[in-house]
Amino acid sequence: MDIILEGIRQAFILLVTFDPEVLGITWFSLKVSGTATFISLFIGMSIGTVVALTQFPGRKFVVSLINTGMALPPVVVGLFVTIFLWRNGPLGFMEILYTPAAMILAQAIIATPIVMGISLAAMQQLPKKLRLQILALGATRLQMVRILIREARLPLLAAVMAGFGGVISEVGASIMVGGNIKGYTRVLTTATVMETSRGNFDIAIALGLILLLFAYMINLVLTYVQQRERPR
Amino acid sequence: MKIILETKNLKVIRGGSLLVDVPGMEIFEGETLSLIGPNGAGKTTLLQALSFLMKPSAGEILFRGQAVGAEQRILEYRRRLAMVFQEPLLFDTTVFGNVVSGLKIRGTGGAEARRIVESQLEHFGIAHLSERSAKTLSGGEAQRASLARAFAISPEILFLDEPFAALDPPTRESIVTDLEKVLAETKTTTIMATHDRNEALRLSGRIAVMEAGRIAQIDRPAVVMNRPVDEFVASFVGTETILEGKVRDVNETALIVRVNGSEIEVVGKGKPGEEVVLCIRPENVTLSIPDGNVKTSARNVFRGRIGRIVPLGLFHRVEISCGFALVAYVTTHALEDLALREGTEVTASVKATAIHVIRKSIP
Repeated sequence: MDIILEGIRQAFILLVTFDPEVLGITWFSLKVSGTATFISLFIGMSIGTVVALTQFPGRKFVVSLINTGMALPPVVVGLFVTIFLWRNGPLGFMEILYTPAAMILAQAIIATPIVMGISLAAMQQLPKKLRLQILALGATRLQMVRILIREARLPLLAAVMAGFGGVISEVGASIMVGGNIKGYTRVLTTATVMETSRGNFDIAIALGLILLLFAYMINLVLTYVQQRERPR
Repeated sequence: MKIILETKNLKVIRGGSLLVDVPGMEIFEGETLSLIGPNGAGKTTLLQALSFLMKPSAGEILFRGQAVGAEQRILEYRRRLAMVFQEPLLFDTTVFGNVVSGLKIRGTGGAEARRIVESQLEHFGIAHLSERSAKTLSGGEAQRASLARAFAISPEILFLDEPFAALDPPTRESIVTDLEKVLAETKTTTIMATHDRNEALRLSGRIAVMEAGRIAQIDRPAVVMNRPVDEFVASFVGTETILEGKVRDVNETALIVRVNGSEIEVVGKGKPGEEVVLCIRPENVTLSIPDGNVKTSARNVFRGRIGRIVPLGLFHRVEISCGFALVAYVTTHALEDLALREGTEVTASVKATAIHVIRKSIP
C-alpha cells in the first residue's frame, strides 16, 4: 500500500512542479494525437456524411465495415503500419518508421473509422423529414448538407472527441511504429508502460493521472452531448 | 380564376405500387384546397410530388403554365413555395434563427430579413419567443414557429401536411384561427393534407377526397359532402347534410343562420355576418306529412318535396329539397306509415340543438 501512496505523492509533486520531462511527454502526446485526429476528421467526417446521406447498393455492407473499423485493435494497426514502413516494405522508401510521422499515420488509421462511424450515426439520427424540410425551404444540395452538419454539430463534436480519446490512450501501435525513443517518439502511454516495467511508479502514476484527466474531459463533453435534446 | 398549378397524368410509383395517380388536377391562385382521405390514400405523397420533394414517376406538373422538371427549374420552383409538416422540424437554434432560415438560403439578410421575420413572429403570436432556443418550445409554439418560417419567404404556394394533427384541441384551435387570419390577409394559395373533415370544411374553398392514390372527388365542400360521387366518398365524408350559411342574428341561446333564403336556428356561438357551416345528421331530421297542426319541439320546420329514396337495410335515406338539400334517415316502418314516395310533399324538422356549427371566417 505504501508504494501506491508514495507513488501518488511523488506524482503530485511532479505535476505541480511542472516536471520538464512529464510536461514534454504530455505536450508531444497532444501534438501526435491531435494531428492524427485532425487528419481523421477530414476523411472520417466527409465519408461518414456521404454514406449517411446517400443510398447505393451495398451500403449496409459499407456501414458494417465502418463499424468494424471502429473496433480496430491498435496492435493490429501497429503491425500492418510497421510491415508497410519496414525498410523493404512497400512504403519503406519513405523511411519514417520510428518517427512521429509513423505514429501520426498509425493513429490516424485508428481514429478515422471511429470518427467516420460516429459521424455516420450522428447524421443518420437527424429526422429523415428534416432533409425534406430543408429542401422545401429552397436549399441547394450543398446548402442542405451544410445545414445538416450544423444540426449535427454536437454529435459530430462527440465523434472528434471519441477519435481523440481512442488514440491518446492507445499504446500498441505507438510503441510498435514509434519505438518509445526518449525525447523523440515517447508519448504518455508508452512512457507509462516503460516506467512501470522499470518500477518507477511515481512517474508512471503521474503520467496515468494526466491520461485520466484527458479521459475525464473527453467524457464530460460526450455526456453533455448525449443528454442534449433536439428541437421538436 | 387563374390556374397556378396543374398536373398532367401525374403518377408516383414506388416499389412497384402506384401511390399517386392524378391525371388532371388544377389549383387556382389564392384558393385553399384540402386533400382529405384515410391514411395511406396518398395525400402526403401527392403533396411531396406537387412540391417536387419526390420525383414523379410519370407525367408533368405545370407551375403557372410552365413544366417543372429540369434540375434548375426544380430549385427555382421550390424557392417559390413553402411546406409545413406535422412535425415542426425546427433547427437547433433560436426561434428567430429558424424563421429567418428560408430567407438566408435565398441570400436575403440584414435589416430586410429582420423586418420580415419580426412581422411573421407577430402574426403567429410568438414575437416574445424570438430569442428563445427552439428546443424549449411547446408543441404549439414550435408549430407556430414552423408556420412563421414558411410564411417568411412569401410563398406562392403553401403546402401543409397534417400541420395540426399532433396538437391538442385548444392549441389546434388557436393556431387554426391565426392561420385563417394570415391566409385571409395574404391570399396565399394553400394545399393542405388532413384527415380531419372539420378542419378541411373550415379552412378550404375546395376539398379533394383521395382514395388509393386517386382523387375520387374534388369540389366545393357542400357539394362533396352533400353529393358524394361514390360510396367511398360518402362513407369518408360522413352522411351529414352540410349547409353553408351566414349568421343573420344572434340571441341569448341561439344563432339565426341564413341558408339559401331559409333561416335555420342553431345553438352555438357566432357573430352576425359570420360565415358558418352547419352539419345536420340524417337521424336528427324528422319527417311528417304537412297537415297544418303538427306539434313539434323543433324550432326548425321546413316544407319540401322528397327527391330520392335509397333503401339502406333498416333505414331509408330520404333526400328532401326544401330550399336547400336535406338528408333524413327514416325507418322502413315510418316510411310505409307516412306513405312517403319520391315527390311527396313533407315537413322536415330539426332541433336547434342537433345542428353542429363550424365557424368559417374571422369576424
